[in-house]
Amino acid sequence: MDLNINEIIEGSFQIIGGNFANAGEASMQMKSKLMEIGVHEAIVRRAAIATFEAEMNVIIYAAAGRLHYYISPDKITIKIDDMGPGIENIELAMQEGYSTAPDWVREMGWGAGMGLPNMKKNSDEFKIDSVVGEGTTIQMIINFS
Amino acid sequence: MRGAAMKLNKIVEDLSLEVKTGKNNLQGNVTGVYISDLLSDVMANSKEGNLWITLQTHLNIVAVAGLKNIAGIIIVGNRQLQEDVLQKAEAEKITVMSTPLPAFEVAGKLYQLLNQ
Amino acid sequence: MTLKEIAEILEAEVIADSDELDVLIKNACSADMMSAVLYYHTPDSLLITGLTQPHVIRTAEIAGIKSIVFVLDKKPGVETIELAKLKKIPILCTRFCMYTASGKLYEAGLPGCLFK
Ligand SMILES: Nc1ncnc2c1ncn2[C@@H]1O[C@H](COP(=O)(O)OP(=O)(O)O)[C@@H](O)[C@H]1O
Ligand SMILES: [Mg+2]
Repeated sequence: MDLNINEIIEGSFQIIGGNFANAGEASMQMKSKLMEIGVHEAIVRRAAIATFEAEMNVIIYAAAGRLHYYISPDKITIKIDDMGPGIENIELAMQEGYSTAPDWVREMGWGAGMGLPNMKKNSDEFKIDSVVGEGTTIQMIINFS
Repeated sequence: MRGAAMKLNKIVEDLSLEVKTGKNNLQGNVTGVYISDLLSDVMANSKEGNLWITLQTHLNIVAVAGLKNIAGIIIVGNRQLQEDVLQKAEAEKITVMSTPLPAFEVAGKLYQLLNQ
Repeated sequence: MTLKEIAEILEAEVIADSDELDVLIKNACSADMMSAVLYYHTPDSLLITGLTQPHVIRTAEIAGIKSIVFVLDKKPGVETIELAKLKKIPILCTRFCMYTASGKLYEAGLPGCLFK
């Protein structure tokens, strides 16, 4: 793929817990950047979906967090870390359908328990670390070819 | 929401639904269909005897179906139900069915079936 | 099926520029659960939903959804409309419920989103 990029491109966004009004804004901007440099649409979509789910989890579960991405000629690395309650049982949280989302979140159309599975499905490498009482870090890599 | 009345077991057969709970309550009539994944929406807008099509698998679907006298819940997209949901549905005599089809297609097939 | 045909079938109010109605829609997804939309998305899809907040537009934009139908006469707020215009995602508002809207479009030959 011929990308319009000769150095590493980075971007960073603050994500504020509970802020549904801007939900998805960080992921959309990352998506625009990838489109702009000419990454294939299907790959952009995978990156955007995975990032959006991670962004939503920060908004739903954490007090605050940060999205950081690095684009190199062959891949994008996406890191989302938050200051939140952390996840006690990661294996359980990864199960499709498992969700502790509160009622008001479910009424907004979230809390299907498919976020983490969606992240895993759409990334080539997926890593999650979480410390109860401190926060959660997710790192995803999506290759461009 | 409207449509001619039809027995639930005919629908189960025609759409090849897998009946998860309430296998003995398939004789009832379906008065219509409501689709939503939002519990408050179903509380507000579904009618007695409606079939409820949803992706929602939260335990509270059983309570909502009971309160609104829903004829049955069709869980779409092959979504798996937790054991506690199935047990509660069985105890409350709520018929829960499952299909790999997405909601749009279940709706489409039912629409043709009920309006023929 | 073009968006124009869809708007006619659903007797919908259109919030979009008129040239956007030529868009070709290949399949549809009826859901309120945004993660399901992200999971089952296929390009050139129509989303039929009961939620009208801005995050629904962002979900559509991220999933590559071409257009959104709001059911049960729900009117989106200004923020939603502005964002949809910015992202060039035409909105249709129909008085039909999700079931009837899905049924009518399926009957007219529109298939559901494929699973992946
Ligand atoms: N950033 C996070 N901080 C704390 N808990 C989280 C976080 N992300 C996910 N979880 C936990 O994992 C569960 C599953 O997450 P996910 O697959 O995204 O589904 P959903 O958000 O729909 O519940 C959540 O319900 C929550 O309990
Ligand atoms: Mg989530």
